[in-house]
Amino acid sequence: MTGKGMFAADVSFPRQLHMRIVRSPFAHGLIRSIDTQTASALPGVVAIWTGDDVADIPPIDFRLTRIEGLESYRQHVLAQNRVRYVGEPVAAVFATDAYVAEDAADLVDLEIEELPVTLDASDAPTEFEPGRLTEPAVIRKGYGDVDGAFGAAHAVVELDLSIGRHSGVPMETRGAIGRYDAARDILEMYGAAKVPHWNRDQLARMLGRDRTAMHLHEGHVGGGFGIRGELYPEDVLVCAAALRLGRPVKWIEDRREHLIAANHSRQQCHHVRAAIDVEGRILGIENEFFHDQGAYVRTHAATVPDLAAAMLLGPYRIPNYRAVGHIRLTNKTPAGTYRAPGRFESTFVRERLMDAIAARAGITPVEARRRNLIASAEMPYKRPIDTLGTEVVLDSGEYAGLLDKALKRIGWTTLQDELKSRRAKGELVGAGLGIFVEKSGLGPFDNVKITVDPGGAVEIVTGAASVGQGVETVIAQICADTLGVDFDRIRVIHGQTDRIDEGLGAFASRVTVMTGEATRLGALKVRQKATEMAAELLQCTVDELGIVNGEIRKTAKASGPSISLAEIARHLLPTSKTRGSREPGLTGEGWFFSNHMNYPYGVHVAVVSLDRETGHVAVERYLVAYDIGRAVNPMLVEGQIAGGFAQGLGGTLFEEFTYDERGEPMNVTFADYLMPTAREVPALDVLICEDAPSPLNPLGLKGAGEGGTNAVGAAIASAIDDALGVPGAVTQLPVTPQRMRDILDRVLPEKR
Amino acid sequence: MTKKTDVTLNINGQTHNVSVEPRRTLADAIREDCGQTGTHIGCEHGVCGACTVLIEGVPARSCLMFAVQADGKAIRTVEGLAEGGKLHPLQQAFMDCHGLQCGFCTPGFLMLATGVLEREPDISDEDLVDVLSSNLCRCTGYQNIIKAVRMAAEQMRSS
Repeated sequence: MTGKGMFAADVSFPRQLHMRIVRSPFAHGLIRSIDTQTASALPGVVAIWTGDDVADIPPIDFRLTRIEGLESYRQHVLAQNRVRYVGEPVAAVFATDAYVAEDAADLVDLEIEELPVTLDASDAPTEFEPGRLTEPAVIRKGYGDVDGAFGAAHAVVELDLSIGRHSGVPMETRGAIGRYDAARDILEMYGAAKVPHWNRDQLARMLGRDRTAMHLHEGHVGGGFGIRGELYPEDVLVCAAALRLGRPVKWIEDRREHLIAANHSRQQCHHVRAAIDVEGRILGIENEFFHDQGAYVRTHAATVPDLAAAMLLGPYRIPNYRAVGHIRLTNKTPAGTYRAPGRFESTFVRERLMDAIAARAGITPVEARRRNLIASAEMPYKRPIDTLGTEVVLDSGEYAGLLDKALKRIGWTTLQDELKSRRAKGELVGAGLGIFVEKSGLGPFDNVKITVDPGGAVEIVTGAASVGQGVETVIAQICADTLGVDFDRIRVIHGQTDRIDEGLGAFASRVTVMTGEATRLGALKVRQKATEMAAELLQCTVDELGIVNGEIRKTAKASGPSISLAEIARHLLPTSKTRGSREPGLTGEGWFFSNHMNYPYGVHVAVVSLDRETGHVAVERYLVAYDIGRAVNPMLVEGQIAGGFAQGLGGTLFEEFTYDERGEPMNVTFADYLMPTAREVPALDVLICEDAPSPLNPLGLKGAGEGGTNAVGAAIASAIDDALGVPGAVTQLPVTPQRMRDILDRVLPEKR
Repeated sequence: MTKKTDVTLNINGQTHNVSVEPRRTLADAIREDCGQTGTHIGCEHGVCGACTVLIEGVPARSCLMFAVQADGKAIRTVEGLAEGGKLHPLQQAFMDCHGLQCGFCTPGFLMLATGVLEREPDISDEDLVDVLSSNLCRCTGYQNIIKAVRMAAEQMRSS
């Protein structure tokens, strides 16, 4: 805000080289030759690497949701003999100047023999390489007697739905700076994010180093959203080059590269069926879907389709379920997670299904949902399936209660009357809703180290990471409350692998839950140590003491003797005579372990109006009601929800990565990948609820990061149907103006 | 290609004599040659606005200008907004309204809004949204940015 931030591009070292990646211009082909001679001759060019130069570096491994069959579909850091998407790294140029590196990259001459492309994940699988198909694995989840349920059904509703390819697209592109400190034999990487510790372990393994000789450093991070911070080829290349060339190596991605090289997400086609009874109660659901993974399986392995299959059931009681998810490789940018991964998709599918069930059963969409919601008395509610290696046990929830609150907040009944009279005057306006269950607080552990220094300043070192979401604030708040110190005296250090050995980073809305509780436990230890020392000095018992604003005093007396945490820290210095036999340092380490995720839940309500001529969908009103158990910092929570909503809106109405028939990407600048601006994002109403604290941690916390995004596609699709008076009109996201016009032509031909 | 030209960049009242290739963008010159890294580069296509600076008081995309085009002109960047340790009303309002999360787009929004409010202190709320829609933010959903700029506009008018 004052220009003092330190983002990846702001990091520079003396004598640094700049890396520029030469990327494949073809979606699929065999590399016949790479001629680097002319490029190498350019003054300032230090080295040019091709696949052969890094053939000894193994492909990038999976971080999450490893399942059998995926290994041979991993990506090498530079293409080995074959390219599989436009944008795939083929060569790396190292030069003394970024402009020269780019000039030289243009001079690298590629001879590639084009091969046929596979672009549709729902077509029959093709050959990935001899003996291997483009379908490496199929995810199967389910329970009960699905066929029996369909056999006994009063009716069956059936839908074909698809979700477009889009992604997180943070404002800061990726960046990485590798630096080798030969004197200490330590290899460093700056520009780390999200999961620095895991990436440290992988980089060490891939480059054949000890993990203690590999340090990753996170600076300011310009947005994460799932895509940033995963280990990508460029991260490995700058580290390998720093090591081999003996000079710091800096790589800053440009926007075109970002849009073709960083993880895409979301693209899936679902064929879903529900068996219902005469009252619209669900007897069983069957869902077959095709997940477009792009050209390689990256760090997330099967995470997104796994979550889509497991979370599709949302807040409803589904006695019988079968999901079959086909993971399919295509000649497009590889895919990974994006905010609410697998849930934005499956909530769209499930809530479209609920609207269809309502129409089939002749009841309102609200009533159809109400009849199928899991009751709070049934909590905790165990679904006989798992995801991300944890059993799905919905820990707590007042689903119907939140639906009531949301409808009341938006004034649902009055709204229906208003919309009816506007429609009578010829307007195309409607309201819709989506209900969802999120997941958060993924373990299995988190730890922090808390130190009070002799000046009274508190340092918290955590293995969590910040992607710009306000981690420091929340962690400091929890520590301030527990330890009894002023918030401003606390400094939170994260994303530095040389400061703490272990850490899981920031993903899956886990930080506030996991790191928050670890912080509370660590702060309790510091508090214990401080009050024990103080009790001795003040000649009283520990129980009599409290800490306010960093001062320890007897709680019974407002006045009287006190001692500050700073003084206690000085008493605990190694040289202190008063320390006695205590371990030196006013420090405490907090570890929190958890084998289960917890499940926040929410309701989105949208009011939209449609423009017949342009196909524009205007969002007039939008409400997100979200129960996160306990909101540590409501302003940050609202900020997360508002930002998440804007991204959901983008994926619902504007953003899509499309390809031509040769696999050439069509959206490579911000002029043709359309993200919402201040004009498109309406004022948002946010209702944060704390009715169902999580029983899985003492503060009752659940994560807040993804609920703003989750049901936007679902709620707006439902509202568009309502505006048209045609249930099931929307079957595909995003609903671009072109698609909206096609729908209007189809369902209201007489009105054009 | 590598022939360099001497230019004088006047950034926040301070003179920087630098020697740059004619093709060097103003954004790169401000960041790399003058060390003012508060100006961020988000797209290099002139769309996202993260690199917005004021040139002679007018908001401009520094990624779309060459450094040589700014020779001798008064350039203002985010580093020049606060005066003597006191935040500019816009910076203060962004903080108070939670108008930023990751902070990457913030310098561009601050400079855009500064340029507009200095020229049009009475700009309507509606027009302000139009102006702000020329920059992109991926974290906030914009509402708090709009709120912050409106709040600062009010303060700047009354002071």
